[in-house]
Amino acid sequence: AGGRSGRSLTPWPGQQEKLIQQELTSLKATVSAPTTTLRLMKECMVRLIYCEMLGYESSFGYIHAIKLAQQGNLLEKRVGYLAVSLFLHENHELLLLLVNTVVKDLQSTNLVEVCMALTVVSQIFPREMIPAVLPLIEDKLQHSKEIIRRKAVQALYKFYLIAPNQVQHIHDKFRKALCDRDAGVMAASLHIYLQMIKENSSGYKDLTGSFVTILKQVVGGKLPIDFNYHSVPAPWLQIQLLRILGLLGKDDPRTSELMYDVLDESLRRAEINHNITYAILFECVQTIYTIYPKSELLEKAAKCIGKFVLSPKINLKYLGLKALTYVIQQDPNLALQHQMTIIECLDHPDPIIKRETLELLYRITNGQNVIVIVQKMLDYLKESKEEYAIINLVGKIAELWFIQTMNAVFSVGGDVVHPDIPNNFLRLLAEGFDDRKEDDQLRMYAVQSYLALLEEEDALYPQKFLQVMSWVLGEYSSLVTDVDPEVILTKLHSLLKKTVITSETKMWIMAAVTKIASHASCSKIVDKLIQEFSNSLDTCMRQYAFELKHLCEDKALMRNLLPFDGSCNDMVVDASLSFLDGFVAEGLGRGAAPYKPHHQRQEEKLSQEKALNFEPYGLSFVSSVSSSGVTGRQSPTGLSFGSDTSGNSAETGHKETNTLKLEGVRRLWGKEGYLPKKENKVGKENEPQTVSCGSLLAGQMGDPPALRSDQVASLSEEDKEKQQLASTLFIGLGSNAGVSLMGKADTATQKFKRKSKINETQSSEEASDFQDSAASDFGPLLDTVPINMEDCEGNIRTRLRKASLCSSDIVEDNLAFETPQSLKKSGPDDRLPDIRLSQSSLFADSNIEIFQPSRNAQSESASKTPLVPCLSEELEELTHSEVVELCQSDALALYLCKVWTDDSLLLIVFVSNKTTSALNAVNLVFEEAEHFQSTTYQFPVIEAQNVERCQKRVWMDKICTQGILSGSVNYQSEMETRLEFSITLSLVDFIRPMEMTTEDFGKLWLSLSNDVKQNIKMSSSQDSLSATLSTLQQKLKLHIVDIIGNEGILACQLLPSVPCLLHCRTHSGMLALWFRSPCSALPDGLLYQCQKVMEES
Amino acid sequence: MIKFFLMVNKQGQTRLSRYYEHVEINKRTMLEAEIIKNCLSRSKDQCSFIEYKDFKLVYRQYAALFVVVGINETENEMAVYELIHNFVEVLDKYFSRVVSETLNLL
Repeated sequence: AGGRSGRSLTPWPGQQEKLIQQELTSLKATVSAPTTTLRLMKECMVRLIYCEMLGYESSFGYIHAIKLAQQGNLLEKRVGYLAVSLFLHENHELLLLLVNTVVKDLQSTNLVEVCMALTVVSQIFPREMIPAVLPLIEDKLQHSKEIIRRKAVQALYKFYLIAPNQVQHIHDKFRKALCDRDAGVMAASLHIYLQMIKENSSGYKDLTGSFVTILKQVVGGKLPIDFNYHSVPAPWLQIQLLRILGLLGKDDPRTSELMYDVLDESLRRAEINHNITYAILFECVQTIYTIYPKSELLEKAAKCIGKFVLSPKINLKYLGLKALTYVIQQDPNLALQHQMTIIECLDHPDPIIKRETLELLYRITNGQNVIVIVQKMLDYLKESKEEYAIINLVGKIAELWFIQTMNAVFSVGGDVVHPDIPNNFLRLLAEGFDDRKEDDQLRMYAVQSYLALLEEEDALYPQKFLQVMSWVLGEYSSLVTDVDPEVILTKLHSLLKKTVITSETKMWIMAAVTKIASHASCSKIVDKLIQEFSNSLDTCMRQYAFELKHLCEDKALMRNLLPFDGSCNDMVVDASLSFLDGFVAEGLGRGAAPYKPHHQRQEEKLSQEKALNFEPYGLSFVSSVSSSGVTGRQSPTGLSFGSDTSGNSAETGHKETNTLKLEGVRRLWGKEGYLPKKENKVGKENEPQTVSCGSLLAGQMGDPPALRSDQVASLSEEDKEKQQLASTLFIGLGSNAGVSLMGKADTATQKFKRKSKINETQSSEEASDFQDSAASDFGPLLDTVPINMEDCEGNIRTRLRKASLCSSDIVEDNLAFETPQSLKKSGPDDRLPDIRLSQSSLFADSNIEIFQPSRNAQSESASKTPLVPCLSEELEELTHSEVVELCQSDALALYLCKVWTDDSLLLIVFVSNKTTSALNAVNLVFEEAEHFQSTTYQFPVIEAQNVERCQKRVWMDKICTQGILSGSVNYQSEMETRLEFSITLSLVDFIRPMEMTTEDFGKLWLSLSNDVKQNIKMSSSQDSLSATLSTLQQKLKLHIVDIIGNEGILACQLLPSVPCLLHCRTHSGMLALWFRSPCSALPDGLLYQCQKVMEES
Repeated sequence: MIKFFLMVNKQGQTRLSRYYEHVEINKRTMLEAEIIKNCLSRSKDQCSFIEYKDFKLVYRQYAALFVVVGINETENEMAVYELIHNFVEVLDKYFSRVVSETLNLL
């Protein structure tokens, strides 16, 4: 009845219904009458089909349809089969009655009958009856008629879909079908292959060549002309093949290699302007972005997407957006290129386009643009009336918003957030909403985002945040099937070993490990962990380790104890302790006191509960957090969510960056004032582009020094709005500012970041000069060969060794001249302070601390540099100082090279044996100093003329302009000899450029409180602002954000992540410097460095 | 994957339907009514692809007749859009008079 009421659009609904009902009644009578001929029955079937199509069920006729297929002549049979395939569904019980007919027809000598049987099988067939017809159909694969072969393949495809196991043995025959001389048979077999390759691409790599050949033939027009559609050869076939190739070439460079040519050709051939070629192009683009990338093809594909997106044809625009959504994960820059189009589409009158655009934005959401994007989604929601769309979008918003916001809250709020907040968060996550699937999605999203956050090696998160992470990972990491639990365990394990983690947090982590271990089979990490912590001084940890150990021995118990997603299950406590009755009886039997006073019994109960508490799950306060949240009890562990803020300045700085960004975005979103236009956020290879921008500083804070842009004025209001929107939406996409809370790793930007640091060119003269000098320097060391250090690796903390040095300097892959000139090139290294320079300067207290032992002492290949020890290849690529001698004696020389990696200062110390005999028992000691542990390295033996190397990673913990790291090396030759050395570390060693946009700068600037201002006189050689700034950029590794007129802004960060911003203005020979940073000492230190640089230049 | 193939006229009468996934008959009529409402509400300059529930509709209008195909997300919308036209061309080849009449008169 509901169906019919839906036909309100029908002209005379009542009339139609009456007519049809009448018809049905008469049909019912006719089909059941014994006198009805098959011919009449055929007529009836056609009428019944029509009635069903109009929505009137006619189940009384089903059985007659089957009979007709059984008994009729060709035409009647045809109608019978047709009716059956339309009336019945896969699981309909009557379908079984058809099997015999099918078997009979398959064996018929009449080709038409065979065809009909095969057709119906490929449409509808009971799964359990497949064995009855399978051999017959297999035989048909060899049939002489191509149409039979094709239909047989289609029937087998159907079987593969509903019962893949049943057709496993005929995979070879599929291959034959693929190579069939008839294109139709081949095309039919592609369906099977697409399906099989989707499920297991690695099993069919060997067929890549065949698919490529087929596609080549199709594209080349080798197929019969019947396959053409509007003179495009077999377009749907091409699409199928392109999909198969995409699946095969995914993450596989070798296989992808095979298809580059044909993809290129497909792109080229599809240049006719017709819808069907667009469909092919779309598929091509997707394939190109799926397989192992080839830049040439990517370029063409990107161009193609551009054409789509910009097309006035709406269907094409849709296709373009869809393609863009797909490729954007691989290449966010493409979104930047088309950002204005995307903005326009966001306000497109067609809601479908809008929706697709939101989908796209959803993929590029990061910590910085989340607010704007979610706002856009909410706007759409308000307009949308369609229920499904709302559900879908709300889910996405919840994902983006909820988890990310909470991430932000935790990392910003740190350890001072109220304990209820994490508790409530976890409770929400655990209790979920109504929809199981959505809950799981949310949880998976949370797990993934935490895993990504933990990916950041050196990031420090507040304890409370770590606790939340551990709980979520423990409870839900098994939802994410593509991550090996071992990986998660490794991460948790490394967290456990960090000293900054409080023991309370360690408990949480341990509980998570236990939970993960319960559904992983066996794990080396767990074993290792048990071993390590069984001897822990921390009793709680020890307890946990033992529990874990015992639980691991009894997996069944463990699983029982730690059910998946059991955090919400109410635990039933047997308050009467009836399970103890037997025990009590036994005790009574042994003459124990029969009665216990009430209060005493209660005590006993309590103690029982306490005892229970020692069982991991019961005690796991992790799970009880949520339950305690539910009941309002205090968490049993009495978690002191108190403050144990580490006070680490670096961390603070980091946090502030994040806050700011989010706030900044919100502010941008506000109505008052316009915000600068941003052209292209991606730092191009060398220099971030100068951004034409309005003055953020001026706009938002009154008169302080500001940058002005004329361009802004020329933009129309509307454009400005769009630009502004663009800048907020695409923020953080290309630029590298800050840690994204989403934890989306962005490798592309990483790359840019590194490159941007690199000295762009160096005169080859310089290089050759240095080569000469280097050659003479290294004369005595001609035969030194670096030694493999692996054996001493175990206890490395810092290892300094003297060595012959290798001067190597910034060697970048893109320096053209460098290859021929070869090995070493001087590091005059314009922009980086020369190490000798810093030696001469004032030494202050040593404030350097090691955070992390280096692990990658590697063997140097002897063949590479027989003459000189030098940096390993990977280090060579980083910016580094030249190698300087630290000290030397007759037998030994110690050399130092500083490598300025992105995240720390790496000290590489080479110990070189100058003698012709081996040196034994060489010890390298770093003296203990303030903030600095003493470390010793031992090299049991250094072969004659050999160099060994060790490296030490250093950060600056307390800011000072300079620090000294001193140490000594002693060795055994004829007598014990000791050499002393000291290494000067300058503040500049720990400064790295911080890439950001002018807007980010503005936002950050406003949020920073520590000010230092100073006017410096400029010498005549530095009269231009840009020259001065580039000096600063080179010497101090500051990043020039923007220069406008006589004002410039620069940004840098002190490792690990304390930002410092600098605003410069020139006026009458003076340079006004204005620093801001969250850390009070940093501006002073940098100012000092700036002055020094200015004096020197 | 194609879920169903429909031909519906502007009055909302189904002229042809083929379901490739089982849908109960009374649900079919409701579905078809909603689908045609969706298609009719769209103007010619709007996109021919509609997101509908958990699948997509690709439609093409021939005079008063809509051909609507329901597909899932793995399908290429443009390819299906052209498939519709291919289908109509085939119909035209087999039943040329009928088709032109159908398309013009209904």
